[in-house]
Amino acid sequence: MNPIAEGSGGKKAATAEGFEPRVIIFACNWCSYSGADLAGTSRYQYSPNVRIIRVMCSGRVDPSLILKALRNGADGVMVSGCHPADCHYINGNQKAEVRVSFLKRFLPHVGIDPRRLGLEWISGSEGELFAKIATSFTEEIRELGPNPLTGDDVPEVR
Amino acid sequence: MADKAIGAVMVVGGGIAGIQSALDLADGGFRVYVIERSPSIGGVMAQLDKTFPTNDCSMCILAPKLVDAGRHPNIDLKILSEVTGFKGKPGNFKVEITRKTLSVDLDKCTGCGECAEICPVEGTNPFDENLGVRKAIYVPFPQAVPLVYTIDRSMCIGCGECERFCGPNAIVYDMEETVTESIKVGAVILAPGFEEFDPSKLTAYGYKDYPNVVTSIEFERMMSASGPTGGHILSPLDGRIPEKVAFLHCIGSRDSSLGITYCSSVCCMYSLKEAIIAQEHTPGLKTHLFAMDFRAVGKQFEDYRIRAEEELGIKITKNNRIGSIEEDPVTRKLTIRYIEGDHILDEEFDMVVLGVGLRPPINGDYLARTFGVELNEHGFTAHSTFKPLETNVPGVFVAGAFRSPKDIPDTVAEASGAAALAAAVVVEGRGDLVTEIEYPEERDVEGQEPRIGVFVCHCGTNIGGVVDVPGVTEYARGLPGVVFADDNLYTCSADTNKYIANMIKDHDLNRVIVASCTPRTHEPLFRQTLKEAGLNPYLFEMANIRDHCSWIHMHEPNEATEKSKDLVRMTVSKARLLEPLVKPRIPITPRALVIGGGLSGMTAALEISEQGFEVDLIEKTNALGGNLRRVTHSITGEKPQDILKETIAAINERKLITLHTGTEIETLTGYMGNFDVTLKDGAVLKVGAIVVASGAIEYKPTEYYYGRNPNVITQLELEEEMTKGAFAPKNVIIIQCVGARDENHHNCSRICCTTSMKNAIALKKANPNTNVYIIYKDIRTYGFNEDSYLEAARLGVVFARYSDESKPRLSYTKKGLVFRVFDRFTNTEITIAPDLVVLNAATHPDPKNKVLAGLLKVPLTQEGYFLEAHMKLRPVEFATDGIFACGLALGPKFISESINQATAAAGKVAAVLSKDFAEAEANTAEVDSEICTGCGTCIQVCPYSAIERGEDRKAVVNAVLCKGCGTCVATCPELAIDIHHYSNEQLYQQAIALIKNGGGA
Ligand code: FES
Repeated sequence: MNPIAEGSGGKKAATAEGFEPRVIIFACNWCSYSGADLAGTSRYQYSPNVRIIRVMCSGRVDPSLILKALRNGADGVMVSGCHPADCHYINGNQKAEVRVSFLKRFLPHVGIDPRRLGLEWISGSEGELFAKIATSFTEEIRELGPNPLTGDDVPEVR
Repeated sequence: MADKAIGAVMVVGGGIAGIQSALDLADGGFRVYVIERSPSIGGVMAQLDKTFPTNDCSMCILAPKLVDAGRHPNIDLKILSEVTGFKGKPGNFKVEITRKTLSVDLDKCTGCGECAEICPVEGTNPFDENLGVRKAIYVPFPQAVPLVYTIDRSMCIGCGECERFCGPNAIVYDMEETVTESIKVGAVILAPGFEEFDPSKLTAYGYKDYPNVVTSIEFERMMSASGPTGGHILSPLDGRIPEKVAFLHCIGSRDSSLGITYCSSVCCMYSLKEAIIAQEHTPGLKTHLFAMDFRAVGKQFEDYRIRAEEELGIKITKNNRIGSIEEDPVTRKLTIRYIEGDHILDEEFDMVVLGVGLRPPINGDYLARTFGVELNEHGFTAHSTFKPLETNVPGVFVAGAFRSPKDIPDTVAEASGAAALAAAVVVEGRGDLVTEIEYPEERDVEGQEPRIGVFVCHCGTNIGGVVDVPGVTEYARGLPGVVFADDNLYTCSADTNKYIANMIKDHDLNRVIVASCTPRTHEPLFRQTLKEAGLNPYLFEMANIRDHCSWIHMHEPNEATEKSKDLVRMTVSKARLLEPLVKPRIPITPRALVIGGGLSGMTAALEISEQGFEVDLIEKTNALGGNLRRVTHSITGEKPQDILKETIAAINERKLITLHTGTEIETLTGYMGNFDVTLKDGAVLKVGAIVVASGAIEYKPTEYYYGRNPNVITQLELEEEMTKGAFAPKNVIIIQCVGARDENHHNCSRICCTTSMKNAIALKKANPNTNVYIIYKDIRTYGFNEDSYLEAARLGVVFARYSDESKPRLSYTKKGLVFRVFDRFTNTEITIAPDLVVLNAATHPDPKNKVLAGLLKVPLTQEGYFLEAHMKLRPVEFATDGIFACGLALGPKFISESINQATAAAGKVAAVLSKDFAEAEANTAEVDSEICTGCGTCIQVCPYSAIERGEDRKAVVNAVLCKGCGTCVATCPELAIDIHHYSNEQLYQQAIALIKNGGGA
């Protein structure tokens, strides 16, 4: 058997029943990623649906990347960075905020519920907050049901 | 020059203190000899399971340091060695070392372990506190450094099997038993650690007779995944899982009947930690702690206690020193009799853990004699408050538990501080005796198909206890591009890193993945391993299956395993696209900035200048001294104001120090090596490193009529009053924890209990008829401060204990003040008519920290103190390179503790400034000029002005200035700019690997 098929990744439930959302959190290295580490060290249990992708700054996450992820079937995407004024690169988080809010307005035009995109500020000392947000965002996505897009039906966008 | 100082330092003791001193000195350009009596460095920290208050896995944070020390080209580890002679003067000592050879040639042994396989003799393992077994030829623990085998002569039957089987012929039976050599060094640091108190003499606890009475360190080994019970708490009597465990505090501490009067400082917290971990490991387990006082004096310790009590239901009963344990001969249950309120209660437990105290090291007396170092009445080294790391012998310093019982962060700060002082002695010899690291030439992987190796870590049971690690490994093997996968118990250990390097060669790997913990702490270690194996360090990636998986899905093993597979698959997808990168080099401005002119800041500035570097010292007020200006007397009799004067004079005289008073930072930009700072007074500074020593403030009470009644004052105001003379109050009440340990301020201010004792003693000594009452929640005179508690009690100071439910009440009538409190010790209501009420106002973070943290881009704790890079092992550093902190800015602490941290920070700064260049980030942005239209959007968004227009008006990135944030990449409308190591395609493949189940490949 192809070992890849054993991963849980591709088995997207067709209905909301037994639906386990696939949630990506793009976390900045300096605050949110370390917040997620602290959630681990403090053993704050949270939803196992979340997969974190480490970026240096929330300002790195460009709209086209988020869009690609959502159009290819990610059920939820969250961008998470340092609190305002705490960004390790001065103001990358402000830029992220602008980009995310712009993208949220755009999403309905391509048939994506804007609630599938989140933005949160979590610091390195907020392990508990990270766990809470990870769980509540997953639950929101669960409510929304599976992302109808699978990526097979849409042309690549830039 | 004949008298030039020798650029080498000897560190006696290879525990965490010795390791830290050695690493600091070696990084600073000195040769270091570490003298360790046992077969491995690591000390007691290697035996611990977790560390408080973060519950970090002890071995996980220690192992990288062991590996670093083991492979550092400037560190010589001398194991099984003892100092046998010492002579000379500072800068030029001659130390004689005697090493036991134990029939193994250390240079030949590869640590393969075949000998232990074959050895027919099995005995108890002291590393596991004799709860587990090992062979007569052994390594103390799997992550041991150096990884060489030793024969335990007391067990060996001399059959010679090992000698016959040893592949590399490292075992030579008739080797000489000891070898002696003489080593020349310029300074010495003593860091021999401590000895646990042995409770066997205290028959009332039945430690020898009742199998289920164990010591805290034995319990620690049981909790450890690599320990004798594989991390399960099992009753030593019958291997059953206990339901109730009691922890008794102060066994061999605070006990005048034993002649041990001091407090061991760490037992309250380690007992609590053990209770927490035991409850987490063992469903249904209940724990109960018995203590006189609960001494949670460190940073965020009180938060830890609150969580333990409120969320885990751990019971802490105070006011109790348990004197004995009864075992039921039939059920073997252990009964403890204790007092709660008015009641005497008996409670049965399955196991009892004795919280044993810390004693001076076993060779403490011997070392003191050999080096001529004075000890105090407790058998630890003697120091003055203001020179806390220096001994009576110039050039010989002390760090860690040999000075006094203490926890790991304080130990590490002292180790770095002692390293700085030693460095100052041998500074002229810097660089004389060091060896440059030579790496094999980097293999060219250009154009090669990815050949990925995946190493999946069990992390003891941290990952392996939840995630099906072999399953994940098997899964990784089938992923595209993966040619090799294996699982390891501790991937970060020295032997596994050797193994990784071998596998890189054997399987011709050109990309490496470690699936284990967080890259934030472990990436540097593995990258180093790649370099040593001839691979570019950027061909490495980590999957965080511990912090982001096994630890947060402890009760969902299947989901955690699936998630681990996903994380590995995502990482593999990214790894296929990794490319070799080179770090640009940046020159270093050899000058430092110290922010804050209190004792910490002044100490840091002086110590940095001791090592020959220029310092800008800025103080926001017009006078140096900070909080020390208000401290009028010290418990040891030293005169703080005289010392302050001397220190200020030294600052003013020191040519290398430029003082800027009455000003603050206006702007700050740059990075390690090159910070540009402007001050409010217009001065422009250029520095290579920064120390934050901005201090803290005294809480201004709103309680107890403070500010409204002149007879209610704070502790610092009391000190000021006392110096004025003509001050003779009759009834003085000192109320503890005002503005600390309440709903709004959870944490403890650490120093106030001892300050109260100091002032109470002074009041009593000035006038024995003065009645002094100390109203407290817990008396937290940890360490030797306990002596002051005893002294106060002896002088007739009266103590009454309050709790949150019954706070003291002060009323204000025409006749004067009336004070009432319900004393929890005697369970009676006490009424006093004081003529003076002293509020022990807490230490609070300076509200201005927010601004400063913003300028420096460093984090604060929720409370508002500066947050160091790592609570245990990086106590004076920030995650941002080139910026350090010390003193009250990090949290409440004593004068000597502030000095230690300041010295440590100074040492770290000097190590940075002593280098010619620093390496900048390699993951910088790059413009594809074919695509770039020259619109200039990236130039506008770049926070570091690192992008300029080239000749053709197209964008060009300056790699030295680029910090790799990637915001330009996210902005470019043409996708013409990309960032190395976090490229569009890499992130996209990572995401798509998750969504599409590897479909991106
Ligand atoms: S570094 Fe965290 S948001 Fe920029």
